[in-house]
Amino acid sequence: MQPALTVEGVSHAFGKKQALDAVDLTVQQGQFCALLGPNGAGKTTLFSLVTRLYDNVSGTIRVLGYDVRRQSSQALQNLGVVFQSRTVDADLSVMQNLTYHAALHGMPAKLARDRAEAELHRIGLADRARDKIRALSGGQVRRVEIARALIHRPRLLLLDEPTVGLDIESRQEIVSHVRSLVETGGLGVLWATHLVDELDQRDNVIVLHSGKVLTQNAAGALIKQTGEADLIGAFCALTGTKPPQRAAALA
Amino acid sequence: MTIDTLTPDSDTASASREPAPLGLLGYLRCAQGIVWREALRFIHQRERFVAALVRPLVWLFIFAAGFRAVLGLSITEPYETYILYEVYIAPGLVGMIQLFNGMQSSLAMVYDREMGNMRSLLVSPVPRWFLLSSKLVAGVAVSLAQVYVFLAIARIWEIEPPLIGYLTVLPALVLSGLMLGALGLLLSSIIRQLENFAGIMNFVIFPMFFLSSALYPLLRMKESSPLLHDLCLWNPFTHAVELIRFALYAKPNWEAASIVIACTAVFMGLAIFAYNPSKGMLARRGGPGRA
Repeated sequence: MQPALTVEGVSHAFGKKQALDAVDLTVQQGQFCALLGPNGAGKTTLFSLVTRLYDNVSGTIRVLGYDVRRQSSQALQNLGVVFQSRTVDADLSVMQNLTYHAALHGMPAKLARDRAEAELHRIGLADRARDKIRALSGGQVRRVEIARALIHRPRLLLLDEPTVGLDIESRQEIVSHVRSLVETGGLGVLWATHLVDELDQRDNVIVLHSGKVLTQNAAGALIKQTGEADLIGAFCALTGTKPPQRAAALA
Repeated sequence: MTIDTLTPDSDTASASREPAPLGLLGYLRCAQGIVWREALRFIHQRERFVAALVRPLVWLFIFAAGFRAVLGLSITEPYETYILYEVYIAPGLVGMIQLFNGMQSSLAMVYDREMGNMRSLLVSPVPRWFLLSSKLVAGVAVSLAQVYVFLAIARIWEIEPPLIGYLTVLPALVLSGLMLGALGLLLSSIIRQLENFAGIMNFVIFPMFFLSSALYPLLRMKESSPLLHDLCLWNPFTHAVELIRFALYAKPNWEAASIVIACTAVFMGLAIFAYNPSKGMLARRGGPGRA
């Protein structure tokens, strides 16, 4: 089975600033993979390269085996994405946002409506389909964005810090929702975050620091490997963050 | 509120399923979706429609009335008799509607980029040139609605081109709308922030409008300043206005049509280049959403 995402030797710079340096990583289908790194580590840049918002001039990025440079259409067909910033149209209704996205993927109107209804039911917002986005809470908007990202049935889902700014309950709901998608739908998920409490021991963790991948391993294995008590400790050990700064290391 | 227990439908991201190629129908659905969204946006922003109409109507009702006595017009093509100043500037005001609409689309693109909405457009599997072209067509469709409402009101004000003119002007309006929309797209790729849009007013809209044949015949301009006359001839908007003027009186102006088509191709080509992730402005600047 093809990996959901393969990144090999990808570097990217903005002028003289090296944002990514020879990044290698893999996300398998049916795997929840956390991209862990502090702000400025290069997570959003990596997402922009995978989604083809920037061009990768070095290395290769493949989604389900499709090279995003040479087979961008097939790669993007297999890709769902939830960006860090809100990308829904606040003046349109929930349903209009979902069907607009479906149209951008060339889906027939009826299929789009059916899938939108199914996704809204799944996230518990079926009764809000006609409401404008601006009438929803932050957590509900995030769930709509996840629903939207899944309408075209991608096999890789990218989420760029999707829980930032949400309350604890909303965060937990979104994390468990995405985990369920992985377990029951076989999605490959790359979840960028700097919040370690969203991860558990089974998760595959990629530590990105200053544009470099320091390691990719199961969270439990990382803790063992570093001899630390928890994932924050393992992260600090890997990135060389000093103990007094540990509490703020990932903030 | 809690999320329902997840029971994905049978086709959810199954490992064995390959997405069908988009094909022509998929492209058309994508274009339809983009036009539909622009139409919804337009309906939601009623004040934009009113503003788009009030602007040329003020020029027609007040400015033209004031200048009627000052500016004498000789018989020039496509007119077959002496005409009132209102009649002369009507095609220019139609062009003005399309010019502002093109710039409004540009503003909307910059806004989308700043708000992040553009990311959802650009991650579509449909090629970027097609997405931008669809945006362009959507903008032209909106401008056509504005123009025909203006022409209907202008008819009450005794701007009465032949009835066939309302039909023959349609292809001219499509061409001029495409050219001005393509210019708007190009500018949207260059403008870094929404605040910079005021500069567009000063450096694009006003010079394009005033350095054209919209308000005065070019012969009059030549008498005043040969240099300004030459600048008017270099201005693509002049040719858009003349194309509309002739078409509104059911007469072809092939020279103007050729220039408008050529300018559309150049502006659109540059806009597509600018939005190309590997070559254009977005790559150098840091992508949509980073303005």
